[in-house]
Amino acid sequence: MSDTILSEKTKRTSGKEKPAAQKNGRYAAGTEISGAQAVMEALVAENVTDFFGYPGGAIMPIYDALYDYTNVLNHILVRHEQGGIHAAQGYARTSGEVGVVFATSGPGATNLVTGLADAQIDSTPLVCITGQVFAHLLGTDAFQETDVINITTPVTKWNYQITDATEIPSVLAKAFYIARTGRPGPVLIDITKNAQVQKFNYPGYTPCNHVRSYRPKPIVRKEYISEAAALINAAERPFVLFGQGVILGKAEKEFKAFIEKAGIPSAWTVLGLSALPTSHPLNVGMLGMHGNYGPNVLTNECDVLIAVGMRFDDRVTGRLDKYARQAKVIHLDIDPAEIDKNIQTTVPVWGDCKETLPLLTALIKQKQYPEWLQKFKDMKKQEEEIVINDELNPAGEVMTMGEVINVLNELTEGNAILVTDVGQHQMVTCRYANFNESKSNVTSGGLGTMGFALPAAIGAKFGAPHRSVIAIIGDGGFQMTLQELGTIMQFNVNVKIIILNNQFLGMVRQWQQLFNDKRYSFVNITSPDFVMVAKGYGIAGKNISKREELKSSLNEMLQHKGSYLLEIMVGKENNVFPMVAQGCGVSEIRLK
Amino acid sequence: MKQEYTITVYTENHIGLLNRIAIMFSRRKINIESLNTSPSEIEGIHRFTIVINEVEEVVKKLIRQIEKQVEVLKAYYNNNDEIVWQELALYKVSTDKVIEDVKVERLLRKYGARAVVIRKDYTVFETSGHREEINNLIEVLGPLGLIEFVRSARVAIINESNGFYEKLREFEEEKPGDEIVENEFLDRQDEVFSM
Repeated sequence: MSDTILSEKTKRTSGKEKPAAQKNGRYAAGTEISGAQAVMEALVAENVTDFFGYPGGAIMPIYDALYDYTNVLNHILVRHEQGGIHAAQGYARTSGEVGVVFATSGPGATNLVTGLADAQIDSTPLVCITGQVFAHLLGTDAFQETDVINITTPVTKWNYQITDATEIPSVLAKAFYIARTGRPGPVLIDITKNAQVQKFNYPGYTPCNHVRSYRPKPIVRKEYISEAAALINAAERPFVLFGQGVILGKAEKEFKAFIEKAGIPSAWTVLGLSALPTSHPLNVGMLGMHGNYGPNVLTNECDVLIAVGMRFDDRVTGRLDKYARQAKVIHLDIDPAEIDKNIQTTVPVWGDCKETLPLLTALIKQKQYPEWLQKFKDMKKQEEEIVINDELNPAGEVMTMGEVINVLNELTEGNAILVTDVGQHQMVTCRYANFNESKSNVTSGGLGTMGFALPAAIGAKFGAPHRSVIAIIGDGGFQMTLQELGTIMQFNVNVKIIILNNQFLGMVRQWQQLFNDKRYSFVNITSPDFVMVAKGYGIAGKNISKREELKSSLNEMLQHKGSYLLEIMVGKENNVFPMVAQGCGVSEIRLK
Repeated sequence: MKQEYTITVYTENHIGLLNRIAIMFSRRKINIESLNTSPSEIEGIHRFTIVINEVEEVVKKLIRQIEKQVEVLKAYYNNNDEIVWQELALYKVSTDKVIEDVKVERLLRKYGARAVVIRKDYTVFETSGHREEINNLIEVLGPLGLIEFVRSARVAIINESNGFYEKLREFEEEKPGDEIVENEFLDRQDEVFSM
């Protein structure tokens, strides 16, 4: 049915002629252009292709300029600015490029805040451009005026307000440079309306490659590399933890070469997932609160802990005073502020892991630790017996989230991009999904933003158009941003949506069951008929609650041309295990 | 274990930076006891001098977070033994009192106060020194008719510092960052690295 809706792309390209004066939408240096046009020039020069946004009063000149650039810039109109920024995040995560989002002043800009905080804590490169009231109205409580710079300061890597058009080319160049280099993060540029309309002599666009006060990469210290290598070479039970740094540093190959030579069992954080194929013999599973049994327990038995591009989040470490006290810690990170922040490091290896890993690999001995690796396998077996087998092949009548993921693995063969929301379904997906390729797991890790998945999946699809994108969302999270079904409809975005409906805010319910004597306080959430809602947006869908329908329905969804929503009813009061309860150490992980 | 630390931050002179730095303290619920920001010895580079009471562990991590900010060039922290510092204070007293009361004159002399403005109705004196010295003068002047008083934030020179010109040159050269090394293990290499 989505075929009947004329795609925006078709409308755009068939709509009007390209203005004769410009080639590829570029103005030569020395031409008089407006600030808004300079913004477009910057996007073109930075090779931005797809971006997201929502117009409004204070950003109208920029949207007016955009009208002439739609042959080179694909703007996706979202339904809410939060959806816009999450889509930009999804785009950045699957493409490895900077995500771009436009919003107007006031409410438009404040709606970006959740996404900014999410991108800041998950190190996602974004450039957000917000309109602002005329400079002479700043501070007058003008219509849709809000102090965006100060609101967003704690949740941006950098932000800046432009009040004069002549600043636009250099500030935007700086914005893209800061967003993508070093430890990536979100940058917000607020442009007053007068600067957008102001004409100025365009100096051309010069990409930025240096900001005096900003040093994206610390010096790589060879002596630390050799000390780290010495520790690794002498280790008897080394253990590698890897995080998103490997993906952000585009160092998947270097990482694989490193662990393969060193022969070290490796476990991942939620954001590090997919940096190493799930099937890799040294991939021993997930860390943290709902991670695998072995990696958590053996963290407290290893003698050398090698952390690569991860930040020892409290969800990974549990209680710090019970975390890896026996181990010498080698920490590879591009951000010096992460070293010793939570865990006292023995050897800090500052730098981009794309550079430091090969240096380290060169110095380490080729080794294997069959007995040590066997320990992980034995514990996996215990976990299978107590948790995994029941989750993936339940005896009961009701379906589990795990079996859905298990069947999905079978059908996608681990080649799909999975975008998850936040909660039980997220943990289950991370635990059981198979991935062959990097940048395949998109989720809100640090901030835990419910409502992230649907818009992020839209962005993920634009970021990786040739890959299959499946959003897996809970019944609660889906209702937070379901307006973005409208975006999927309008732009024919081919994303598959799985709602794992347990009729509860499951994760909070699980905690209330375990820690609050089953006092289910406001976790009982009712939902609309999701399939009907999807239908209203012209999106095909189906609801299933029987195991017999699972495989065929998932297959139908995957085979369907265009977007599809599959609502799967799962057990109401299932829990995610294992679990490191709050206040416990990682080796106190519960299997039930 | 909390003690007074003086934090020195070299930054670009940009709007909004004061907020960006201030919120790093408020986010961690650390009170700023004193804050001074003014141009440094180098044109275009600002110098923040911030005094807080904290444990060293927290200060150390805070410094790294501050340095991480894009427009911050460098941040240092020092305890009171590692710096020379002063506060400046202005005292407004009634001129009649100064003329009448010999004690006032003697006090001002004793505390090294200097008259900045002398008018028929009032006189403004200035002193500089550590907080206690300034406090002492207020205490004795109080009963003798102190009309108004103001004190500046602390400014401090780091004993070990060679100024910022050298460092700035490194920044301008596009070199990667030479990060501070304060690692308890790296100092005892032999013990740690021969397992």
